[in-house]
Formats: sequence, C-alpha cells, structure tokens
Amino acid sequence: MEQPQVTPQMVKDHGLNEEEYREIIKILGREPNYTELGVFSVMWSEHCSYKNSIALLKTLPREGDALLSKAGEENAGAVDIGDGLAVVFKIESHNHPSAVEPYQGAATGVGGILRDIFTMGARPIASLDSLRFGSPDNPRVRYLVDGVVRGIGDYGNSFGVPTVAGETYFDDAYTGNPLINAMAVGLVRADGLVSGTISGVGNPVMIVGSKTGRDGIHGATFASEELTEKSQERRPSVQIGDPFTEKLLLEATLEIIREDLVIGVQDMGAAGITCSCAEMSFRGNAGVTIDIDKVPVREKHMTPYEILLSESQERMLVCVKKGREEDVRRIFDKWELDSTIIGESNDSGIFKVRLNGETVSEIPSDVLSLGGGTPVYHRETRKPAYVDELAKINLDEYPTDRDFSKDLLTMLAAPNICDKGWVFNQYDSMVRTNTAVGPGSDAAVLRVRKTNRALALVTDCNGRYCYLNPRAGAIQAVAEAARNIACSGGRGVAITNCLNFGNPYKPEIYYGFSEAVAGMGEACRHFNTPVTGGNVSFYNEDPERAVFPTPTIGMLGIIDDVSHITTQGFKNAGDFIYLIGETDEELGASEYLHTIFGKNIGPLPKLDLHVEKLVQDTLLSAIRAGLIKSAHDCSDGGLAVALAECCLSDRENLFGAHIHLDDDIRPDCLLFGETQSRIIVSTDETHAEKLVDLCTASGVPIAAIGRVGRDRLVINDLIDIPLEDMSRAYYDSLRNLLERVRH
Amino acid sequence: MKFGVVTFPGSNCDYDAYAAAKLVGEDVEFLWHQSTDLLGCDVVILPGGFAHGDYLRSGAIARFSPIMQSVVKFASGGGLVMGICNGFQVLVESRLLPGALMRNDHLRFSCKHIYVRVERNDLPFTSACQIGDVLKIPIAHKDGNYYNFQGDLQTLNAHNQVVFRYCDRQGNITAESNPNGSADNIAGITNREGNVLGMMPHPERAMERILGSDDGLRLFESIRAFCRRGVNVEKA
Repeated sequence: MEQPQVTPQMVKDHGLNEEEYREIIKILGREPNYTELGVFSVMWSEHCSYKNSIALLKTLPREGDALLSKAGEENAGAVDIGDGLAVVFKIESHNHPSAVEPYQGAATGVGGILRDIFTMGARPIASLDSLRFGSPDNPRVRYLVDGVVRGIGDYGNSFGVPTVAGETYFDDAYTGNPLINAMAVGLVRADGLVSGTISGVGNPVMIVGSKTGRDGIHGATFASEELTEKSQERRPSVQIGDPFTEKLLLEATLEIIREDLVIGVQDMGAAGITCSCAEMSFRGNAGVTIDIDKVPVREKHMTPYEILLSESQERMLVCVKKGREEDVRRIFDKWELDSTIIGESNDSGIFKVRLNGETVSEIPSDVLSLGGGTPVYHRETRKPAYVDELAKINLDEYPTDRDFSKDLLTMLAAPNICDKGWVFNQYDSMVRTNTAVGPGSDAAVLRVRKTNRALALVTDCNGRYCYLNPRAGAIQAVAEAARNIACSGGRGVAITNCLNFGNPYKPEIYYGFSEAVAGMGEACRHFNTPVTGGNVSFYNEDPERAVFPTPTIGMLGIIDDVSHITTQGFKNAGDFIYLIGETDEELGASEYLHTIFGKNIGPLPKLDLHVEKLVQDTLLSAIRAGLIKSAHDCSDGGLAVALAECCLSDRENLFGAHIHLDDDIRPDCLLFGETQSRIIVSTDETHAEKLVDLCTASGVPIAAIGRVGRDRLVINDLIDIPLEDMSRAYYDSLRNLLERVRH
Repeated sequence: MKFGVVTFPGSNCDYDAYAAAKLVGEDVEFLWHQSTDLLGCDVVILPGGFAHGDYLRSGAIARFSPIMQSVVKFASGGGLVMGICNGFQVLVESRLLPGALMRNDHLRFSCKHIYVRVERNDLPFTSACQIGDVLKIPIAHKDGNYYNFQGDLQTLNAHNQVVFRYCDRQGNITAESNPNGSADNIAGITNREGNVLGMMPHPERAMERILGSDDGLRLFESIRAFCRRGVNVEKA
C-alpha cells in the first residue's frame, strides 16, 4: 500500500516532539511509516500515555487488602465488598469533546466509562457525574449545560443505568473549558472478573459491536492540547454515541463472559483498535497480528490509518478461547451485533497490522503501552505568585452589620448551593431498583441485593479550594468525600480520581498538579482509601485561562447494614439538633465571599486529619448504635446553609429549626465560615443523652444547638426566615438561571 | 400463577418487573421478542426501557416484534397485559390502547416520585385499591404526555377507561401535579374490556420501603389475587 511520506511537519502535526521522534526511530530501527506515525501519536499522547503524570501518580497509595485489581493494571479498579462480590468503579473526563459538542461529548463520556466497567465482567449499577461550568449568566454556558445534561441523560437513561449522584459547580474559571467527569460503578461476582488481556498462541481476536467509521479520529490527541478558537473545527474529532447499541453490547459481552468463552476483553475508547490491541497484548505478554481489511466499516475506502485511529463508539476487542468463536458469534447474532475475527494472538510481543496480507504497521506492544515503554517525564514546577497573595485576607474589609437573612436567601439561590433537581430529574436515578438514596443527599446509596449491605457513592472537589491551595484543597476533597459517606452511614473504602488541570508544560500549572497529588496521597493514606485508578486530563485551558486545579474524587463506601442508611433531612419536629465539631473564626475561600462579595480569596479553612477521622468514626458509631435520625456535613456555605439544607431536604415535607449558637466569633464566620470536620445531626429525646456521652467519651466536641421546628429557620438574632421563602429561593433558582429566555 | 416479562432489545426495566413479580411470590419468565411463545403465562408485562433504541417514535418498532403478534392475540382473547412506560408506548403503537404518548410538554426527560389517584378498582390490576386512593409511584420518561382527540377523549372518559390520574399528595387533580402535560392528567388507561392496562408510572419501582415507596405492591397483589381466583383468565 502506498503511504504518504513522513515529513518533519507531519511529525509535528501529530503532536510528537523531536526527541520523541528520535526515540521512535531508535525503537523501530528505522523511520516509521505514516500509519505507524499515527499509532505512536495516539499512544504517546498525554491522554493514553500519562507521560507527564505517571511518575507522580505512582506516589499515590495503591495498596489495600480489599483491592482485587490495582490502579493502572486493568480498565477499572475492583474492590472486594464481601459476600463473594466485587465492585468495579472508575471516573473519567470528557472535557474537550464536551467543550465543542456538549451533547455527544457528554454522552460518549458516559458510554466510555460504562464500557470500562462491563468490559471487566461487571454489570453497571450506578453512574455519577461531576460537572463544572462557567457562570450561568453566559448564554454559551447555558447552551453547554443544556447539551451536557441532555447528553448524559439520554445515554444513561436509554442504557439503563441509574445516575444517582454527582456535582454541578459554576465558576468563571470553567467558562471556556467545562469539566465533564463521568463515573461508573459495577457489580460482579469476585470470581467473575475478566482481564483486558490477549494471551497465548493462536487465540482468535474478534472485534464486536458497532462498525468502525471515521468518527473520533485523533480524539485522544485532540484531548491532549489546549482549546483555541480553532477547536470548533475539531468537532469531527468528537465521537457519536448510540446507547441502544451499548445496551446490546453490554448484554452480549456479559453473556460471553458468563459462558466462559473469553481470555480477555477490552473496550475501544481513546485510540480505538490501536489501544486495545497494544495494551491487551502487552498485559498478556503476547503479540497480536490483525488483518485490518476484515474490520467491519461504515464507509468504503477507509485507510488502515483511519481504521486504527477511529474512536467509533460501542465496540469491544475480545480475545476468544480457541475453538469457541462460533459460540461468541451465536451470542452476538442473538443481540443483532457484528462479531468478526480480525486476527489472532502469538508470542512475538509485536502488534502487527496487515492490509490484504501486506504489513502496514509493526510495532512492539510494550513501547505503546503505559507501564511498558511509553515516555515518562518529570516536569518543572513553580509556585504561582497568586497563591501567597490570595492567602491573605483582612476580615475588616467585610462589614458584619448586614442583613444575614437576606444573605442566606442569596446563598440558597446561588448556583453552587441551590437544589440541582433541574439537572438530576433529567436522569433516571431509579432503574434497576436499588437506589435507596438518590441524588441530593450527602451521598447516593444503593442496596446490594441478596445481602444486607449497601454502597455509598459520592464525587467531591471544591475547585476554589484547590485553586487557592492545591495541596490542602485535594486533602479536603478526600476528607469531604469520606465525610459525606460517613453521614450516609458508611465507611469509605477506596477512591477513583479524575485530575483536571491545564497545560503540564507550564510550571505554575504543574505545581498545582504535583501539590494536589501530594495532598490526595496524604489524605488517602490517612483514611485508608487507596486509589484504584482514574484519569488525568491536562490542557484544560482556553486562551483566557486555565481551569481551577480540579482533582475530582470519586469515593466508594460500604454501609454494613441497610438499617444504618442515613440522610441529611430533618425527620420530626421537636427533635434535638446537635453540632458535632467546633466552629473557628474563619471565612477564607468560602462560598459566602464568592457569592456575596464576588471574591475567591483567603486561606482555606483549617483541617486536622486526625480530628476529621475521629469525628467521622464517632458519627459512624452513633449511627450504628441507632442514635441518629439525620446527618449532614457543613461544607459550601457553612453552618447556616447546611442547616437550611437539613430543613429543605424534602420539598413536600419541609421543617424549620430554632437554633442558638453561643460561639463568641464574628457572625459572618459563625454562619457562613467553612470550618471543616463539622456535622449537623438530629436525634430524639430518648437518644440525645447517649449521643452526647458517646461523643464526649471519644473526645469529640458536641453541642446542643436547637430543635427541629415547623415553619421558620431562626438562628440567634441573626437569621429569621419563613420556610416558604427559603424553599422558593433554593428550589426555583437553577431553572430560572438556566432556562431564562433571551429577549 | 405465572407472570411473563417481554424483553425487547433495549428494554431496561425487564429485570425490575421480573423482580417485582418474584417479590409477590409468583413464577415469572422472560419472553424474548423474537419468540411467539408466551410460555403459558397468566399475565404479560411489557416493561420500561427504550425498545430498539426508540430513535423513531417510542414503541413504533417494537410493535412489529414477533412476540407482539402473540401478545395482541392473547389480549384479544381476554388475557391480562400490562404495559409500563415504554410498554404503554408499545401498547398504543400496537393499537391495543387508544391515543398517543407525545414528548413531555417541558421537552425534557423527567424522573421523580409522583402521585396518582386510583380511578377504578374493578379491574384485575387495581382490585386491592379503593377508588380515590393516592399512590406514590415514580415516573421516568421523556414521552409520557398522553394525547387523544377531543372526541376520543370523551369516549375514553365515557367508558371509564382512565385508571390513574396524576394528582397531588392529597389526591387533588391539579395542573401542578401533572408532570408531563398529559390530557386530563391521565397517567394510565385500560381498554374497554379492562384486561389491558397501560401506565407511565413504574409500579415495579415502588415495591419496597427502602426504595421510597411500596405502593406499587398493590397492583401486583391485585393481579395475583385475580389470577389466583382464576376468574376469566385465558391461559396463553
């Protein structure tokens, strides 16, 4: 086959630098041809190779007794949850595609992460989405939000996975470059896990699912560069999703795994066939030869280059046990999907591609695979000047003779605080009938059938915190995730992470990345929640600015008994309200300063990990002892917002509260400061004393702060608001912000 | 007695319907869309989901499935058929029930707990309810906006074919409690003979307190009681 001559400009256009190109020549012992250049370009892209992050990622804690697959080893992490069951979970970004084509970008983000789960033999049982956008005042932002939410909804709803939790966060930092992080969770018998492996000699390799088209070519390299005005031209790099085919692919894939027909399975996401062939044969310490002309394609005259790099969705590569090909075909026929043998395994260690028998690409699998021979870089870091500047705050500049009732209403209507029902009501959160606690509480809870257990799931990250102090921000993201799970009655067991940052070649950006990874590692070690995997997304920049450093944490928790499931809303008028933990006089980095004064400023609230862990453990003991009716942590917006959320949790069943706080600190800090390690709980008269005794015995501060009421929220002489006003501010805001009509 | 749950490609509430039938302690079989054998089931459930992707009108392709020929025949003979959500859409496309299910008036998918008022309790599906009972059952759909021509709507009401209407918690039929713009707050209807039920809410999702409501049990228990009595049931 005639291939275009590789030129230096072509190398550059493929995102490879001179040093990398020299390395490729050294590996091959010759110049690569055009097809091979394409293969190296995607596999050595940041997206696939993690070349600028892997050295630091290896410093994260990745060990734990319950881990069945370690970070990076398989397509997703797997955790033993007892009763012979394992949970497989992972989070991934689809930021760049969603920035230029929000509907398909977000939809295929969901599709991609779901495949990572069922490729391991696990049935997806839950999906979560951590979303970050610019201000809803911006019409393009509203367009992005609308498209992303529809994309996530249409894909997950049709596929039949409940979307149970997530975050929706707004800040100007994300205007040009929204963050769309999708997490999926699956359940599998621990002995039914499947590896993404090609191994042995003469085992057939099949491509199954959709046909291969020209969509998504170079999606991985697109994701590995900054967004510019010209990025809109990359819309063809965005894949098109088909959730119906994915649903069929799910059922067929699980069926061939159940019938024990396969050696290994891997989905085709970034870098398509290329990535699956290279990584699977590398994992299996084998080689693979494929005949590219056998791949079912959507259109004529596709070149090997295009077929290899296509990121058409809803496809899997399967290494079948020799002799079971017909059984695989029978199952895929039943589900009306293609299944085609395109090659077989060998012991060469080489990923070879032939067209009509003629070799068009021949590269060792290891040099294309993460952990094999892909480049590893250590980048320079430099602390940005703003970090120390913004850490200073003079509270005297923020007068306290204010109408705090009005401030609280403003806060409750603020896009980062208000009810997110407009978003999550567009998602099916209940299909598969396991959702015990859906979107809107501290964590989502799913019962595990045939056991007495439940899973608690959450995503967390405060981008503003991570901007102001990336290390402390990452620590707090892990701490908050664990706290949310504790408030739901569970204990965190492992995390997955989605690390969203700007261009790693900028030392100030890389400072944020390295600090965040360090903080995350420290916190994960402390909470004994190892990192099971995840995804790094760099180049989240547009010409205006980089996004906030945003290390999104997805945490898996286990609730040992479904009777421990706890939610944030108050339950009965007359109940006693307690605050576990203490409030410091601090206001830095708060949502209050952001919403009321338009400032992202100040030192982060202090966090002592030992205190945090003690508070969480004590709360969990109290829940297990049956002493608690509701639990809610204080986070964005501080104590006043958290109390309001406890009142407003169920729009049809609102509660008031009469609160008296006797801390002798500034009222703004008291109401809206974001001191960590605080939890609002409610309990009834018969359990109150035991609760206080338990906390006191554990050395955890606890204070009686009031009673659950009927019709108003009153806090000292600072706040007094009728419930109806709070409810309207909180529940009607997002729809008004996002569906406003342009005149 | 035995429930049958049809699986179309793209059905995704088939397992939930299966689990619901198991929960009331009865036999249940999946019925594959390519088959025409109803396996002797006493009641056939067309479950929720997106049959064949529903990229065309919801339910428009599923009606041509081989299994639907048998379902239509079974229904014509008086057999019990219950279509939930996508199943309701398939039933109207199959003309087993009148009217159409259009895109929700707000044009978005909507998933939440809602309330419906029981309008009839003389049916095999609702005998364990009282007229006026308010049931808390979730919805999850984009195309649930029930429509019929004015005259046909009057005929529907004249024959007392409306089984459930969207209402508020107290049972009042209000515009605010209508989640999708359905005519007359219609959430579920039956045919004139009363052996075919279509409803947008998902009773199979409201079978256990831990899931937020067990009001859906009433429907499954009604069916069970009816079939156990063996009255007027045509075996498939």
